[in-house]
Amino acid sequence: MIPGSFDYHRPSTIDEAIGLLASHVGDALILAGGHSLIPMMKLRMATPEHLIDIQDIYDLSAISIGANQIDIGATVTQAQLIHSEELADCCPILRETSLQIADPQIRNLGTIGGNVANGDPGNDMPAIMQLLDADYVLQGPDGTRTVKARAYYEAAYFTARSENEILTSIRFTKPAAGHGSSYHKQKRKIGDYATAAAAVMLEVSNGSCTSASIAMTNLADTPLWAEAAANALIGSALDADAIAAAVAAARAITNPASDGRGPAEYRTHLAGIMVKRAIETAHARAG
Amino acid sequence: MSKTHVKMTINGDEVEALAEPRTLLIHFLREELGLTGPHIGCDTSHCGACTIDLDGKSVKSCTIFVAQAQNAEITTIEGIAHPDGTLHALQEAFRQHHGLQCGFCTPGMITRAYRLLQENPNPTEEEIRYGISGNLCRCTGYQNIVKAIQVAAEELSVKEAAQ
Repeated sequence: MIPGSFDYHRPSTIDEAIGLLASHVGDALILAGGHSLIPMMKLRMATPEHLIDIQDIYDLSAISIGANQIDIGATVTQAQLIHSEELADCCPILRETSLQIADPQIRNLGTIGGNVANGDPGNDMPAIMQLLDADYVLQGPDGTRTVKARAYYEAAYFTARSENEILTSIRFTKPAAGHGSSYHKQKRKIGDYATAAAAVMLEVSNGSCTSASIAMTNLADTPLWAEAAANALIGSALDADAIAAAVAAARAITNPASDGRGPAEYRTHLAGIMVKRAIETAHARAG
Repeated sequence: MSKTHVKMTINGDEVEALAEPRTLLIHFLREELGLTGPHIGCDTSHCGACTIDLDGKSVKSCTIFVAQAQNAEITTIEGIAHPDGTLHALQEAFRQHHGLQCGFCTPGMITRAYRLLQENPNPTEEEIRYGISGNLCRCTGYQNIVKAIQVAAEELSVKEAAQ
């Protein structure tokens, strides 16, 4: 499969990249790791006339962990996320999730920015960013703005990002010390998208759940932040009744496609199982 | 659409060429340079037959444009054997332990295993299986591939200890 022709640009600053995007708006796409875009170009589902490769923009390739905030640059690869011990110490769900994405070769090139930016409902990191209540930093000719991950996804491949903007980084509050988290992903084989997947993060104090967040992957045409499901846990002892209520609330918001991964009923059923297991694992890890 | 001047080091040799930016690295290697060791299997970044080593990382050369690899240091299966032509421990182990049947996946398997053993010189069986999870083999059932990589890991650590 041969992609269509394009002009290749390789800017070394973000301003240069935004300028290039502005001068070819509608005809240009951003290339990071390429592992979503190049397959689409090979199928001619994407036919940009200009590709703007952002790999040389050094500022986008760092993970910075402050006292209260974590910033991850758009071109940080899944392999970088896995290898950062500091990140695994304070926010282990990122390593846990990256290890469930694709395979080693793809994780060496695939970036977190690409994973969250394009709005592919099969991608795993969007649900994680909704779980963490992350902000996406978008830079364009008119400056910088942030959009909440929970407000970014409109439909499959439709997002709040304008054509002249670049998603440059992801920011979120450092999770509280002692929190428990888990990402459970059911897939048919290594490298597959989720049949159903659920992420849970919670805190427990004196046996009672004091905060909770739940999000799900590939169970609708956007990632799903399951607010009611999380509320069913807060204040409970994470006992069987509370978990059953959370599972029911999570299942209620799913709307999966019936496809090669199974009929919709099956995937909704599986969503409930993933939520239950993720709550139990997160609980066991809390404290 | 203009051609781009590309320059990279492949198996120790400097290579310069003019290429259309849309040229995939696997096509550049196979058709421009005649390096037909890396194979095109699925062409969709699943099977790993096109695996090469790029700047010290295993990547799938069917899903990278040649222009992205500007100034990169690349090793393909053609660069794995020793300069005098004797086989690398991995190649020898695949031969001795029947780590292949039809052989189509083998260049990608060995190139991936070559990097895996540098990242983790003494992997467990589980680590080997996870490490080669981006490479598909439709003949062997993987058993002898895993065994060959285990044997090569032992050979290489004995050699290292001797040095």
